[in-house]
Amino acid sequence: MNRFERWHLDKPLFMALVVLAAVSLVVLYSASGESVHFALDDALRLLIGFVIMIGVAQIQPETYRRWSVPMFVAGVLALAAVLAIGAVRFGARRWIALGPLSIQPSEFMKLFVPMALSWFFSRGHLPPRLGRLAGATLILLVPVLLIAKEPDLGTALIVLLSGIIVLFLAGIGWRTVLTVLAMGMAAAPVLWAHMHHYQRQRIYILFHPQADPLGAGYHAIQAMIAVGSGGLFGQGWLNSSQAHLHFLPDSTTDFAFAVFCQEFGLVGNLALLALYLFIVYRGLRIAFAAQDTYSRLLAGSLSILFFFDVFINMGMVAGILPVVGVPLPLLSYGGTSLLIIMAGLGVLMSIHSHRRLVN
Amino acid sequence: MRYIPLKNDSQEIRLFESRILVAAILGALLILGLVTRLGYLQVVKHRYYATLAQNNRVSPLPIAPARGLILDRNGVVLADDFPVFTLEVTPDRVPDMKRLLAKLKPLVALNAQDLRDFRRRLAQHKPFQNVTLRAHLSEAEAARVAVNLTRLKGATLHARLRRYYPLGGLATAAIGYVSRITRNELRGQRAERYFGFHHVGQLGVEKSYQKELMGRIGFKDVEMDAEGRPVKVLKRILPHAGHNLYLNIDAQMQAIGEQMLANRPGSVVALDPRTGAVLALISSPIYDPNPFVDGIREKAYRALATNPNGPLDNRALNGLYPPGSTIKPFYAYAALQTHWFHPHKRVMCPGYYHLPHSSHLFHCWKPLGMGRVDLKDAIEQSCDVYFYHLAFKQGINRMTRYLTYFGFGHRTGVDLPGEYRGLVPTKAWIKASGRPWYPGQTVITGIGQGPLLVTPLQLADAVATIANHGVRMRPEVVRGIVNPVTHHVRYKKPHAYAPIRRRRKNSLKRLIRDMTQVVEGPHGTARGIAYGLPYRVAGKTGTAQLWSVVPNYKGKHVRSDALFMAFAPVKHPRIAIAVIVEHAGFGALAAAPIARALMNFYLLGHVHARPQNQSRPQLAQARTLP
Repeated sequence: MNRFERWHLDKPLFMALVVLAAVSLVVLYSASGESVHFALDDALRLLIGFVIMIGVAQIQPETYRRWSVPMFVAGVLALAAVLAIGAVRFGARRWIALGPLSIQPSEFMKLFVPMALSWFFSRGHLPPRLGRLAGATLILLVPVLLIAKEPDLGTALIVLLSGIIVLFLAGIGWRTVLTVLAMGMAAAPVLWAHMHHYQRQRIYILFHPQADPLGAGYHAIQAMIAVGSGGLFGQGWLNSSQAHLHFLPDSTTDFAFAVFCQEFGLVGNLALLALYLFIVYRGLRIAFAAQDTYSRLLAGSLSILFFFDVFINMGMVAGILPVVGVPLPLLSYGGTSLLIIMAGLGVLMSIHSHRRLVN
Repeated sequence: MRYIPLKNDSQEIRLFESRILVAAILGALLILGLVTRLGYLQVVKHRYYATLAQNNRVSPLPIAPARGLILDRNGVVLADDFPVFTLEVTPDRVPDMKRLLAKLKPLVALNAQDLRDFRRRLAQHKPFQNVTLRAHLSEAEAARVAVNLTRLKGATLHARLRRYYPLGGLATAAIGYVSRITRNELRGQRAERYFGFHHVGQLGVEKSYQKELMGRIGFKDVEMDAEGRPVKVLKRILPHAGHNLYLNIDAQMQAIGEQMLANRPGSVVALDPRTGAVLALISSPIYDPNPFVDGIREKAYRALATNPNGPLDNRALNGLYPPGSTIKPFYAYAALQTHWFHPHKRVMCPGYYHLPHSSHLFHCWKPLGMGRVDLKDAIEQSCDVYFYHLAFKQGINRMTRYLTYFGFGHRTGVDLPGEYRGLVPTKAWIKASGRPWYPGQTVITGIGQGPLLVTPLQLADAVATIANHGVRMRPEVVRGIVNPVTHHVRYKKPHAYAPIRRRRKNSLKRLIRDMTQVVEGPHGTARGIAYGLPYRVAGKTGTAQLWSVVPNYKGKHVRSDALFMAFAPVKHPRIAIAVIVEHAGFGALAAAPIARALMNFYLLGHVHARPQNQSRPQLAQARTLP
């Protein structure tokens, strides 16, 4: 039993995460204008993330299975509490203040919804019948609607996505998938009509960034300039003019990838992408090797959700997706979202390392 | 054992695997799309975006606000802003640095030192930042550069406001100065708060009121040409000028004190005992803060730093002096609170004192002694033996406890940074020192020697406490903060500390009467200094001996500091003052005349007892004009 196994860790996955954390420090040191203070702060957050991941990995998947429902219910209650008594910041009611901490319960649902759905499906045969699907849809829609009401459409969509992934992995029929897709298409205009002005604008800007170069299109344009000017090999570390000259907003959080693009170019991007895909690959392997339905579904959905987190952020920076506030896992300077991602990875590690020897 | 539902596992796994496969294909398509997009941006359109990044046309430029002025209590400007032109170079835009410098040389007088400084700054500059070539140009030079700017790729001319202290070294101990923000200073602070600012207060009120003085940065969105020069201003958010500070300090009084000290090492602090207003805060020798604003030359700095008189030390706040005999009234006050002490009881002073069962002699300053003295005589003539005796009877803990009531051993809380606590050998301090405390130490502490150190500010605040009948006020340098737009003045409220403990009434009255005798009595150690004055003065002299690195004229390594503390008028005191002149011997000779001059000026409006045909003292202008 080597050291990693004793700590219930998957060595390749853990190593990949450590490399990613190092990349994060390198990028954020540059993006913050060479602030050692900031880099140390990021290092501290990453360290806390790793500690949480290792801690989460020590607990058996069976325990998570048993606690899935209580955690989910607590999460939904917290969401309801946010709507009732939450703190309003930037015009949205998303936070609960607990003394000096402020908690964003919607972030936790990215973890609790897949857990609850995996638990739900693990109780019966797969593929599920239509009646069970209806139940699953209910489990999914309650938190999504609560989050959308805050309003936090970005997180609501990601939570919705996390649930759909579980439904998909559970094996809902193709006919159902197509029906839902068609219904989604049909509902799009209705949704559009109910969107806030700024949300509509973000989608509009995706197609016409030059329409408002100093206003709504500013983020998208500056990010594209950063990416494009990076070229094949990049401008070199600490040479991101977009970040250093303060053209690029949020260069340490949601747009950290743009700084990376400008400094390390396409070659660097491919390497980074490979690193992320390797993490997803390890996650899927863990899912394959899982020994019960709950673990399998949860590991699979968390891995795929991780992939989507990466893809949505990179796509946003590259200008193929609208600007939504999704940070790049581990690379962006993050608070709650980083912790949730690390907790999710910890669950993966737990599923990997608590297999029974005899199947 | 846990419950596992009976299920067809292999079928479920096959279903799961097929779903993962579909997901993988979908994911691969998405990644392909992303990579295609990145390749399109970074390879196909690279040149387009590289040009955009290079000339990123609209650039938000900070507009620095004017820093708040600092005025004395009569409105004399102590710190001003002065417009200057700065020649800066953006290294990333310079194709050939040598040629640029060669082109600039005939336009602006660049000497070897300028170039050396420039190279040093160039070596440590951050990417994309401007490097200053010359901090201030003359108007002719600025005009020459402006005309030729198109030929000088990478050079830019900036107009900015430079801090300027028109009165030179006057009151630097209180005002402090600003200087360039260094990277180290930004570290750990909220760097974005200082974005666009180049200078930050380093000492004095410039530092402690940095937030009020700095104002708020403005921005303009500027359209740039390919060379990075502004072409058109698109949008402008105006800066908010910093607030002005009104000080309690009287610049003329300060000047008189500084002139009388004449760069001898020493310090003067004058307070209004009723409010704690700092009327003068002198640390001598003085130095001109103006060269510090844009970075002082190494050589000049070394000359200041290695000067044996230590002009860079702020003696008023950080000078630690044995208080000598000036501490005696405070011990007398402590004794007056006891039931066993009778001020009229006489003690024999034969010129020496020894502890019971000890042969070691502690000498009085008067070798042959003063005879039988009571409290009044002891304070008037500063009898050491009387206070040896009093110290031995009171014990060190009681003495130090009362000293702390008067503020010794604590920061006074003045609104200036970096104040020292001084040293009082309290119970806790003795315990922490880990060494035994001998009765002999108590005895010498009784005349202000031993491990007892005070700052001039503490001494002034303590004597002001006596003057203010036992209520100690927090010294305040700043009188009010003025909004430069509305001219609304926010006055600072005087802050009183808890009144000192008083068991017996009239003990302070008695003390004040005895201190008046120091000045008026036939044997008073400062007799004559108030001769002919239309108001009455109470005071106490002191001479503190301490070990010195520099030998005195007798070749002994002993330094005698002259101290004097006083307040006036005795009935309703309006000024309390502490004067310390290092190396000056007897307190009444060197220190008391300075105190008298300042009190005269403050209470009468002129230095001498009667107006002579002299005009009011002129404030010297700073020698280094920008």
